[in-house]
Amino acid sequence: MKQGSRALVAFAILLAVCWLVPIYLIGISALGPKEAATAWPKSLLPTTFSFDTMGFFLRYTGVWTAVWNSVVVAMLTMVFAVLLGAPAGYALARYDFRGQTVYRVLIVMTRAFPLAILALPLVTRFISVGLYDTQLGVALVHTALALPFSILVSSSLFMGIPRELEEAAWTLGCTRVQAFMKVVLPLALPGMAATMIFSFVISWNEVFSASVLTLNNRTLTAFLFASLEESPLHFRYAGGFFLILPSLIFIFVVRKYLFSMWGISNR
Amino acid sequence: MNDSGRTPYVLIAPSVVFLLVLFIWPLAETALMALRTPEGAWTGQYIAKMTSDLNFGVALKNTLILVAIVVPLQMVVALAMAMMLQNIGRGRMALLYIWTIPLGVSDLAAGLAWLAIFNDRGYFNSLLSSLGLISGPTSWLSYNNPVALFVCVIVAEIWRATAIVLVILVAGVQMIPKEYNEAAEVFGARPWTRFIRITLPLLKPSLQSALILRTVLAFEVFAVVYALAGRDLPVLVGEAYNWQGAYQNTHVASAYALFILLVSIGTTLVYLRVLRVRRETLS
Repeated sequence: MKQGSRALVAFAILLAVCWLVPIYLIGISALGPKEAATAWPKSLLPTTFSFDTMGFFLRYTGVWTAVWNSVVVAMLTMVFAVLLGAPAGYALARYDFRGQTVYRVLIVMTRAFPLAILALPLVTRFISVGLYDTQLGVALVHTALALPFSILVSSSLFMGIPRELEEAAWTLGCTRVQAFMKVVLPLALPGMAATMIFSFVISWNEVFSASVLTLNNRTLTAFLFASLEESPLHFRYAGGFFLILPSLIFIFVVRKYLFSMWGISNR
Repeated sequence: MNDSGRTPYVLIAPSVVFLLVLFIWPLAETALMALRTPEGAWTGQYIAKMTSDLNFGVALKNTLILVAIVVPLQMVVALAMAMMLQNIGRGRMALLYIWTIPLGVSDLAAGLAWLAIFNDRGYFNSLLSSLGLISGPTSWLSYNNPVALFVCVIVAEIWRATAIVLVILVAGVQMIPKEYNEAAEVFGARPWTRFIRITLPLLKPSLQSALILRTVLAFEVFAVVYALAGRDLPVLVGEAYNWQGAYQNTHVASAYALFILLVSIGTTLVYLRVLRVRRETLS
């Protein structure tokens, strides 16, 4: 039994190492000299540290604009998803209302559809209303991707906060809005922050609809994707690494909430 | 409290409007774009154009092969990981963090990371060469070697998207009362028996939702394939992208989108049906 569990731990660690290898390798490719991308044979250990590759990537025309676009789109998505999602989540958690089931079905239904593909018919409409090739246009589609998640998670967050706390605030003279702001919101804040970060990551990583809906105002993913065929290898490695970096931090920050979030949103 | 009748509707209204405009309406629009001419007449010409395109059959076949291999492998790997976590005390959080890192990694970035490994002068070939298995740079990522190309994409996909299944399964495992397993242990059930008789049946709802979610997402496979194989491995979403961008034909692109939607919904319904039947025979 003891031996068995030791083998299990060893295997789990091996698997974890395998999981880190791709990030490590694209990391040493991006943080090495430019020539290293095409060198042969390669060493699995980092040889020389150099900011050449990353510098080349960051100085490349259009990269900073694309990074800026990605950040703005992701921030907008984050704000929209929480502004639309949190009230809906609160309604699901605290009220019994007719049509609740239909509403839940609508949200759950979004999961059976590859949502990003729905950007295709939007192109024509976006052109006619002036949303095509804008940060706002992409953010709206990304909000559609993040919203169902945001609604279900905030609903579970609010359900986890005892109703009695709120009722106590009412009896002490708070209005519903005051009770929400002073009692419920502070308790829900860490979870809400995690949800917002997750919405940000969903948008930051999305490729298809961002590529379809932009032409000159590319987000970073769309920019990298469009230049896949003509860009040199070291440029692609630097771009990939730059995309991965914030995700590493974000996942670390939200790791505590990951499981309760997904567990509940898939019940 | 009189207005409490209206309050929930006020609270959900913005999200309902948003989902109608950016989910339901584009859904209908996709179908209309695929089935109607700009003048508004019903037509099958876009569907016909899609199905008669040389790449359609290839893209469909490739996508189906990827889904059929990747999704079951991911379910097995994620289940194994979840079971390992259940039996590991110290370092559990660290393992969880590492295994779920790809959850935050873009499919494009994941494809590029694996490109660094699998390209002809990449780390995989360097390793093979240092072991004396190959003599020089060898190309795995071209249509000349379809099996190798598929294997590379499958490995990248398993790395990238197993995390989502894992997270759903871990959340499911946490909801199984510990007493069941403890009771079985007291009665002398071996670990394997406990897994088959207790954990697996109780995990069924989680397995089902993970399977549906993952399959729908797997039909969307796109950026990983392009980062690794370029146009050497056509997939359905990639074709939709080409028709929209390169060939400037939104109607055929919408026909692809409609097709992908129908395949996704069809698969979801099959899963729901098959898994429900099994659950009934179990009880």
